[in-house]
Amino acid sequence: MSTGPESDGGVPADMPVGAHLDAPAQTPPSPQKGMFGVQGTGDVSGFGGLARRRSVAADSPRPFGDYFDEVYDSLEEAYPGFADAVEKVVVDRGELTLHIKPERIAEVCQIMRDDESLRFELCSSVDAVDYLGTDSRRFHVSYQLTSMTYRRRVRLEAAVGDDQPLPSVTAVYPTADWQEREVYDMFGVVFTGHPNLTRILMPDDWEGYPQRKDYPLGGVPVQYKGAEIPPPDQRRVYQ
Amino acid sequence: MTSQTTSGQAYATERETTEGRVFTVTGGDWDRITESIDPLSNEKIVVNMGPQHPSTHGVLRLVLELEGETVTQCRPVVGYLHTGIEKNLEYRNWTQGVTFVTRMDYLSNMFNEVGYCLAVERLLGISDQITERTNTIRVMFMELQRIASHLVWLGTTGLELGAISMMLYGFREREYILDVFEETSGLRMNNGYIRPGGLAQDLPDSAVVKIRDFLKYMPKKLDEYEKLLTGQVIWQERTQGVAVLDVTGCLALGVTGPVLRAAGLAWDLRKTMPYCGYENYEFDVPTASTSDVWGRYQVRVAEIRESLKIIEQALDRLRPGPIWIEDKKIAWPAQLALGVDGLGNSLEHVAHIMGQSMEALIHHFKLVTEGFRVPPGQVYVALEHPRGELGVHAVSDGGTHPYRVHYRDPSFVNLQAIAPMAEGALLADVIAGGASLDPVMGGCDR
Repeated sequence: MSTGPESDGGVPADMPVGAHLDAPAQTPPSPQKGMFGVQGTGDVSGFGGLARRRSVAADSPRPFGDYFDEVYDSLEEAYPGFADAVEKVVVDRGELTLHIKPERIAEVCQIMRDDESLRFELCSSVDAVDYLGTDSRRFHVSYQLTSMTYRRRVRLEAAVGDDQPLPSVTAVYPTADWQEREVYDMFGVVFTGHPNLTRILMPDDWEGYPQRKDYPLGGVPVQYKGAEIPPPDQRRVYQ
Repeated sequence: MTSQTTSGQAYATERETTEGRVFTVTGGDWDRITESIDPLSNEKIVVNMGPQHPSTHGVLRLVLELEGETVTQCRPVVGYLHTGIEKNLEYRNWTQGVTFVTRMDYLSNMFNEVGYCLAVERLLGISDQITERTNTIRVMFMELQRIASHLVWLGTTGLELGAISMMLYGFREREYILDVFEETSGLRMNNGYIRPGGLAQDLPDSAVVKIRDFLKYMPKKLDEYEKLLTGQVIWQERTQGVAVLDVTGCLALGVTGPVLRAAGLAWDLRKTMPYCGYENYEFDVPTASTSDVWGRYQVRVAEIRESLKIIEQALDRLRPGPIWIEDKKIAWPAQLALGVDGLGNSLEHVAHIMGQSMEALIHHFKLVTEGFRVPPGQVYVALEHPRGELGVHAVSDGGTHPYRVHYRDPSFVNLQAIAPMAEGALLADVIAGGASLDPVMGGCDR
């Protein structure tokens, strides 16, 4: 191992970036060469220039079928600000998704939990998806609600952009505490009114939000029997 | 001497006797009197338990504030086992994802795999094309895994509460289940056996024999455990009335699984929202009404018995047949067979793609390297994991890789309950309460 003049702390200068402790968010400069010495995309079919259009989930028409109409009507009846709060209703693959305006999410959760005909007592899961490049409000936070009384499930989805806060639902569902912390930790979505919004899985002093689509996977090439295998995010992909 | 002490002495005069100091209390504020006499009562200690503490089930760290032996505040710190599995999945194709998710909750990897595969299958719209045999084997393996997971729980909890022999018994019996997995998939843990659309390989007859043997063997062992623990005074003292969490508390904190059922609510997704054909099996949902560690112990032991019933029914229902769905655009092209040099593609398959059909070769190559495409959309699939509701939220953008997969792991959600259970209780009960939640940090931190 050669130690270059600009090395510090005993880390050799030719060591890949990202392989030492204080460089968590960086990846080594891409060699622009994938596996098998392929340049560029590696596409030989001639269709490589075609960009696949990401479909945006469309509004579903009434009737939604199953118990979905009942849930929709009950919420409309119980919640005065319904027309202002629900942006879109999507029924897909036997699941109901209500897209809710971000500032209304805590109110809607309150109604969903407390109303006699809704009774979504359990908030099963809170997590987020980063739709970078598809939606200007890139972070879609979804709440999977379960009604144990009626044995139903509904997904609420609230979309926020960069630096746009989202009301916390911890006052309605205390179980969202850690899950909102995870969303904050992984995506950087800020939940207002959360009792203790700190990082949960990553170290406290971590920089960046790892689950964002513009955050690199990181990783270093692996030597195997003389060949160099690039890290997974730099290998040839068929997207 | 402070004024507190003198005010304490004004109401509690002390004298020395042969049996020790005797105080005569004549009035005043009890707390102030005891404070002046007992120097420990107002001394707070912060104890850092873990992350390498043997009784925290892996790398869980608890920051405990103690007053004497009473816990006044408990702050759980997680994340020491975070390995970025969800992020990694986004860089592999849908089939490869199984290899990653199986490593999340390493004590119940079959559930991780089945949850993932059910999500991918629902995204593909092929849920109803999964063959009867595959569903039966999935159910059987999930129930075997549930027993294995509960046995580890019983063993480690026994160990932590002073019944060391229970640990040896629990791990001994679990070995029989791991043998079945090894016989079938080649691996004891992290099997990667369940695949979107089918199974990595068929269940061999030798594994069926092993499962039958296990079904004969296990009930006797369960009786032994109950003889060892149930009547044991120390076991009763350490578990009864300890770490109580009622139904309201469970639902508010999102706690599901045996902890919720021990509080009296018979909520089991296998019954309430069936999947994989669970509606065709006869079994009960055991509950308890004590809401404490004792109830959770009883529920888990009863669940092992119910799982044995399900496995027996699954074995009876097992018929020869295909394990992969018919759609060749999704079904794994290779047929694995055991050769002289180990498990690999069967000779017939190799002869077919290398000698007979160019199209079959292209098809094999495309499916294995590129993988199948999944239509855009999102699904949430939930199943009953040994620790509660395991939820898989999978999102596809239409490509060959998952766009996002999130695991709602019951260990992660249930661990939030450790603070309300621990605060106000004794330090020793933190161990019992934490163990009764059965957290697996690999699943919690992912």
